[in-house]
Order: sequence, then structure tokens, then C-alpha cells
Amino acid sequence: MTSVLDQPLGVAPQVSVRPERFGALLYHFGTRRLSFLKDRRLLDVVERLDGSPSAREACSAAGVSETALPAFERALARLVETDMLRERRP
Amino acid sequence: MSVALPLVEHFAAGLDAPICLTWELTYACNLDCRHCLSSSGRRDPRELSTAEAKGVIDELEAMQVFYVNIGGGEPTIRRDFWEIVDYAVAHHVGVKFSTNGSRITPEVAGRIAGSDYLDVQVSLDGATAEINDAVRGQGSFATAVGALENLATAGVRDFKLSVVCTRHNLPQLDDLKALADRYGAQLRLTRLRPSGRGAVVWNELHPTAEQQQVLYRWLLAHGEEVLTGDSFFHLAGFGEPLPGLNLCGAGRVVCLIDPVGDVYACPFAIHDAFLAGNVRDPGGFGHLWRHSELFRSLREPEAAGACGSCSAYDSCRGGCMAAKFFTGLPLAGPDPECVKGHGAAALAAVTPGSQPRPSPDHSRVAFLGRRVDRACDEHPLAGTELATTASA
Ligand code: SF4
Ligand code: SF4
Repeated sequence: MTSVLDQPLGVAPQVSVRPERFGALLYHFGTRRLSFLKDRRLLDVVERLDGSPSAREACSAAGVSETALPAFERALARLVETDMLRERRP
Repeated sequence: MSVALPLVEHFAAGLDAPICLTWELTYACNLDCRHCLSSSGRRDPRELSTAEAKGVIDELEAMQVFYVNIGGGEPTIRRDFWEIVDYAVAHHVGVKFSTNGSRITPEVAGRIAGSDYLDVQVSLDGATAEINDAVRGQGSFATAVGALENLATAGVRDFKLSVVCTRHNLPQLDDLKALADRYGAQLRLTRLRPSGRGAVVWNELHPTAEQQQVLYRWLLAHGEEVLTGDSFFHLAGFGEPLPGLNLCGAGRVVCLIDPVGDVYACPFAIHDAFLAGNVRDPGGFGHLWRHSELFRSLREPEAAGACGSCSAYDSCRGGCMAAKFFTGLPLAGPDPECVKGHGAAALAAVTPGSQPRPSPDHSRVAFLGRRVDRACDEHPLAGTELATTASA
């Protein structure tokens, strides 16, 4: 199975992102679920997704180190699972 | 995944904008529920105009408030109800509205089915007409069930059947679940609080200690299938915490805009003591949310008082501020329905008649005569399903 890091990801169309001091809140109007990004850097990554060819590049542009990468991968995968993020189709 | 403690601490300190904002559009209502938390009945002549309501939506959009819980009174009574709803949706503010169902015609149901940004909850307080109508008035069961039928027929998915738990309907939990299932609705259970006319009937209607145990086990057994809007975090003292944000969100993540534009810390706290100001004041809602003295003080760490030595304090946190206030209990200390039994003792020490009266009364027959309805008896966190926590 390929890693989410290798996919071009983007915020799903029905999702709204609201920055907060601790990170951000994400709300999905379709599933009516709320999610939290408990880290400002994760928000930075999410905001860079649309402009990056892959999630991995969004992470490196946001300055995520190799050692921190697995945690970001898990967080992104969880957001894909809950449809907050989606693979961008060309 | 559950919400980790540090995040709760962020919530306790307040967010840049509310997550759960209740907006009551009118005090007018065609029903007369005995436990109406906003003492609704008659329209207030000072209610916000359509233009003012749109101004509020503009502010909410700028603050990125994801959605509003619209209630009343019966909000659909306002002639401009759909104009306001459409305006909100067009401005990326989702709408969940509560109704007693009296205006959910097949046409209205079709309209709701057509929008992802619109969510409806129908209030019903019993699985039978006998139990429901005793609280919500003659014929209200048939009206609400008619609305459920119209919604289901129109193909609305995941609408809510919202029940305020009382001594009389708690034995019907399974029947209420079956009723919701029959229409493809989601059951939402919320807590009866001694707010508005609820203060008058609280002694008679609030669940017994034994019923609270049964409710707790029932909720644990049903997990995420049944929504509670985090209403019952005071039950955490029975054992493991229920899912959700175990915190009184008043003024931190929750607040109320009432029909005349007054901003209160919580929809269950309509009283001068919890009034931050009015959306018509200079600076509007955003200024109140961020800078009002009241909200700032509510975001300070709360004193545990007599709860300090309780093993359940981390998840119960002394329960509901509004429930304590309107039963005359100190805010630092146990909830009147404290599962460790401390509420009963504290209540016994309250001088009868000394409890604060809910401030504005729009009942059709003056207060303590008790009158009139509102359809939205929901906890302010209702609908916020705290599901995913993405951390890194
Ligand atoms: S715990 Fe009570 S006072 Fe606090 S937000 Fe909930 S309903 Fe309001
Ligand atoms: S003593 Fe206070 S914290 Fe403990 S269960 Fe009772 S209300 Fe909750």
C-alpha cells in the first residue's frame, strides 16, 4: 500500500478550516463532523497541500523533519480516512 | 480517538470564535411546553429585523463560525425564516434548526432534502402521545410524528429526533430509539435543565437517581449511535466518561444569541448574570465574544469548591453551571444531579424561594403560571460530534 505522503492531497470541498491558537478546527459540512489539528505545523502542512505535488513535499516545505514525518503521516492518514482530506485528481 | 487533555485546556481558555452557537430567532411559539428553557410564547417587539439578522450572519462568516443552531421559540414562525436560512447557507454558515414540526410540510421537507448545509431536528419528549403531550401539549406528538414522516418521505437523511430526558420518558428509551429508527432519524438525548419554565417543573420531571444510572448504562451501550451533544458529562462519576468534551462550554466554545440580540453565555443560562451584551452594541458579536468581561471571567480556571476532593472531578468538573445556578447552588461545587449524591444534600440546604428566576419571560401566561413552548431543547454542544483528533 502506498503512503498518503506520496499522494497529491487537498482539503475536501465541503470542509472548512479555522485556525486557532492550538492549531485548527476542521468542519465537514457533509458528515457534520468536527476535527482538530492539535499542532500549528500540521495546519501549515494542510494549507500547503493544494500547492504541492505530494503530501511529502508539503511536509518538507513546512519544515517537518524526517523524524517527525511518521507522526504527520499518521495524522494525514486519519484526516483522509474521515474525508477531511482527499486525493486530488488531475 | 478521544480528545486529549491539553486540547480540553485550550477549549477551557476559550476559542477565537464559538464552535456551538445557538441563535434563537424568535420568542414566538405555537406550543406551550412546560419545560421550555427560554420561556417562549409571545414574540418580542424588539426582535432582530431581517437586515440585522443578516448582519449577524456576516459577522459569523467573518469569524468562521461553521454553523449555527437555530431555535426559538418556534423559529419557522418568522416570516423571513427561509430568507435568513438561505442567506446563512450562501455565506458558508451551516444551519441546524430545531422545530416542533408544525411547519415541516412535504414542501419544506423537500427543501431540506436538497441542501447539505441544512440539518433539522424535531423535538419530541415521549415515545407515546400520552407521555409527550403531557409536557409539550395536546396534539404535539401527532404533529412531530407527521414531520418525521414528511422528512423521511422526502429522503432527508440523518435528521434528528431530539428528546429531553424526563422521569416519564426515560423508561421509553428503547421505544424512542425504535421510533427514530423507523424514520431513518438519529436519536438525540439531552438533559433537562432547570432553565426558563424548566425551573418550575424540574423537581417533578428531572430523572431520579436510579434512572440516571440506567441512562448512563444505556448511553454507554449505544455509543456513537445516539447523540447527546455532550449533555450528560455529569454522569461520568458513575465510571468511565461518556464520549465528548467533558467541560462546561459556556462562554468558552458555546453561547447564545437570543431573539432581541442579547448574547448569553449559554442557551440554558438566560439570566442577567450571564448576559455579555447585545449584538447591536458597537463592535457587535465578535467584540463581545472576544472581550466581554463576562466571557473572560468564564474562561478563567473554575474553582472546584466542594467537588475538589471528588475522584470524578476531571471528567465531571462539577457538572452544569446553569443547573447549579437556577437551583440556587453555588457555582463552585456539585451539580444538583451529582451522581455521588452530593447534589441532593446541597439542594436541601437552599432556602426555598431563594433561587434566581430566569430573567426575560415571554410565556403567554406570566411566569410561574408556566406556559408556552420552544422547540429547541438541545445542549449547545449538540451536533458537535467530537470524533477525530488529528495530532502530530
Ligand atoms: S454545562 Fe450547562 S451551563 Fe455549561 S454549557 Fe452546558 S448547558 Fe450550558
Ligand atoms: S462531587 Fe462534583 S465532580 Fe464529583 S460527581 Fe459530584 S458534581 Fe461531579
